[in-house]
Amino acid sequence: MSDVIVVGAGVVGAACAYYAARAGLDVTVIDRGPVAGGTTGSGEGNVLVSDKEPGPELELAVLSNRLWRSLAQRYGGDGGFEFEAKGGLVVAETPEIQERLAGLAAKQDVEHTLVPAGSLRDYEPHLAGDLAGGVLYPQDAQVQPMLAAAALLRHAARSYGQGALRLRLGTAVTGITRSGGRATGVRTSKGDVRGGAVINAAGTWGGEVAALAGVDLPILPRRGFILVTEPLREPLIRHKVYTAAYVTNVASDSPELETSAVVEGTPAGTVLIGASRERVGFDRTTSVPVLARLAGQAVALFPTLRDVRAIRSYCGFRPYCPDHLPVIGPDPRMPGLYHACGHEGAGIGLAPATGHLLAQLIAGHRPDLDLSPFRPGRFSEEDQ
Amino acid sequence: MTYDLVVVGGGPAGVAGALTAVRAGLRVALVDSGARLGGQYFRHCAVPGAVPGAVPGAVPGAVPGLGRFLRQARALGERADVLLRHQVWSAAREPDATLAVHGVTPSPEGERPVVLRTRRLLIATGAYDRPLPFPGWDLPGVLTAGGAQALLKGSGVVAGRRVVVSGTGPFLLPAACGLAGAGARVLGVYEAGGALGLARRPLLALDKAGEAARYAVDLARHRVPYRTRQAVVAAHGEREVEAVTVARLDKGWNIIATRVVECDTVAAGYGFVPQIELGTQLGCGTRHDVDGSQVLTVDTGQRTTVPGVWAAGEPTGVGGWRLSELEGRVAGLAVVADSRALHAGPATGTAPREGAARAVPGVLVRRRVRWRRFGEALQRAYPVKPGWQGWLRDDTLVCRCEEVPLARVREAQDLGATDARSIKLLARPGMGWCQGRVCGYALSCLAGEPPQPPRRPIAQPVTLGALSESGEASAGVTVDGTGGARADDPPSHPNPPTRRNS
Repeated sequence: MSDVIVVGAGVVGAACAYYAARAGLDVTVIDRGPVAGGTTGSGEGNVLVSDKEPGPELELAVLSNRLWRSLAQRYGGDGGFEFEAKGGLVVAETPEIQERLAGLAAKQDVEHTLVPAGSLRDYEPHLAGDLAGGVLYPQDAQVQPMLAAAALLRHAARSYGQGALRLRLGTAVTGITRSGGRATGVRTSKGDVRGGAVINAAGTWGGEVAALAGVDLPILPRRGFILVTEPLREPLIRHKVYTAAYVTNVASDSPELETSAVVEGTPAGTVLIGASRERVGFDRTTSVPVLARLAGQAVALFPTLRDVRAIRSYCGFRPYCPDHLPVIGPDPRMPGLYHACGHEGAGIGLAPATGHLLAQLIAGHRPDLDLSPFRPGRFSEEDQ
Repeated sequence: MTYDLVVVGGGPAGVAGALTAVRAGLRVALVDSGARLGGQYFRHCAVPGAVPGAVPGAVPGAVPGLGRFLRQARALGERADVLLRHQVWSAAREPDATLAVHGVTPSPEGERPVVLRTRRLLIATGAYDRPLPFPGWDLPGVLTAGGAQALLKGSGVVAGRRVVVSGTGPFLLPAACGLAGAGARVLGVYEAGGALGLARRPLLALDKAGEAARYAVDLARHRVPYRTRQAVVAAHGEREVEAVTVARLDKGWNIIATRVVECDTVAAGYGFVPQIELGTQLGCGTRHDVDGSQVLTVDTGQRTTVPGVWAAGEPTGVGGWRLSELEGRVAGLAVVADSRALHAGPATGTAPREGAARAVPGVLVRRRVRWRRFGEALQRAYPVKPGWQGWLRDDTLVCRCEEVPLARVREAQDLGATDARSIKLLARPGMGWCQGRVCGYALSCLAGEPPQPPRRPIAQPVTLGALSESGEASAGVTVDGTGGARADDPPSHPNPPTRRNS
């Protein structure tokens, strides 16, 4: 019997487990695969405040950014997950876009610096010469997402007692056990596990876990490809650099392919190139036109990348909700069931805040942030 | 323009398949990354005009089938587009149901993208060496058995070297003979497997005994000792290999006793890994072969599970050049039958599949079954035993590209990585330049799982510049090996040879 059962060992599940253990709760984490085997293992590790419109998600992002920093500090500086406060640089192709970017930055109320065209190369010496300016967001950071998930689970077990966190990998959740309408645990491929609260942190597959409890959660996969270059001897790119179109695409509802240039270096020396968005189900087939577009956009931003080789690419499925907001909180339709999923492309960044707020809630405290914009019941409220 | 068949791979399987199809009047292109045709088996001796006996390092007659291969290659060059020095990085289904084969080729302005459109694809991409890690295997001077063969290409490179050959499988013999013939001093061939591997199995004794005996004679002539149940378990040296530890092994390849042998080159190989990523890119079904390798599933006509995609040779299971050539021919015949069924239209009432099945003469089918059994028997005779994992130390690199030592692999497992993929995600083995081709097998052994189908959406490194232009090419601009559009060529017109030997 655990106080909390977390379904999903991705970064959100790991953060939920970490903060629950830290709050003194006994946690069991269950995943049908390994740690970080789903969308976490296909991410870039974005910890961004720059790409959020003002509103509840930005507040969540700001809180989460602070939590990532303190986690990194608490566990050796980089947290054991390559935390890097590299800053984000959003660039504008035209003066009009630059004006819009400046307007957004003013509304966001997060730390930023407007960068005129002439100063762009002070920040990124290899940027193309035809850009109209940009905005620098020093709080934007990056983590290695798989290590982040694994490290959070490890830190929880080490810091709060091995008994406080049990990890059951390769174990598929096949049902939610209940008593008198209340969730009492999960049924798995390796037997039942009882718990006081069940957190659905199954990411893109969160809708399936919710369905096991008989509740509907509209989470759909939104596919993205990432190109990875050969390791470069000298880091070419200092910040996370992306074009203004990225902000628009993130917020878009279109099922069609949308791409925008997102380019950044990693501690391993490789350059990661994104980002594409399409709603095509769970189709893993590589799309050459998408890869070609990503490559073209990256080269347009950094012409020196033209002769750099892409050595691999991977795709992942962002857990997408119709209103682009994650689902965080108790499910009114089944007491004892909580959701922490649907973070779309921001799951890495938003994981600590999600875990922290849910742990507060489950431990009986008032959460630091109002969770009502993220409430699981919001999709069915119109029908009620 | 759209080809009737594009063949990727210019070894025995690819050349035989392409030639079979082109002789039946199909428009065929064959693409290979090498500067000449030949594949792993023939490449280093398939110099145009070369006579087998004159190959550097080759003992007279030690390259069976070479003359026949050269004739096929010549005939192919006259009738098909042979695109050499073309690296294929992707095969994809286009919206109009044709296939697009994306490659790059060097040009004075840098890498140039090439897209071939085709109705059918034959994957004949061969196999690469399967090494096992051991302490010191990252030192210069440690090569794969196949890598050592490649050294023979330039004569004199190996002359005077003191070489130790180690691993398992019959391929060690030609590797050692080749090295000895090229003037290297081969200090020993250490076969980790049992002594009776070949003799115990009647199939092998029947079909391969002659060849094995010839190698044995050759080794004796060069005074090369052949030792079974022994292997190089460590290499030592400051900047390059100066010595190796050779161990006597028990049945499970655990170390019984060791001695040090001074040498400057190690050629080690533990079998082969079929190169199947173009197939997995297209969604072709795979299976585990006898030796644990992932191979493409094919039917009697060498068809994969994906319509329009055939595979022949090692990608369907390691079995040597004879089987490869045979499978190439079978695939070619099946492709021709498929093409004719298409042109005849549905009115014939014959499903393409049935037509193709009849197109392959029974004698070829039976021969193929025999050679396939032989290949499987060889795989069974030379299994890799788990004791090799005991040769590793904590600091032994498992992945050389990303310099990941064993300790980091174990750490990742401790962190919750339960399979090879998640070990890769946490500790980076297999994320480097070679994309896990070198360490993939070892890593899956360490993870305790059979090898999984490769996920390599980019099969070969491609510059971002060329990649960005691949999108445009995909949208309709077809580029070919001669740099000119061929859209005007009438179908079935024999294309001018575009062979570009250096």
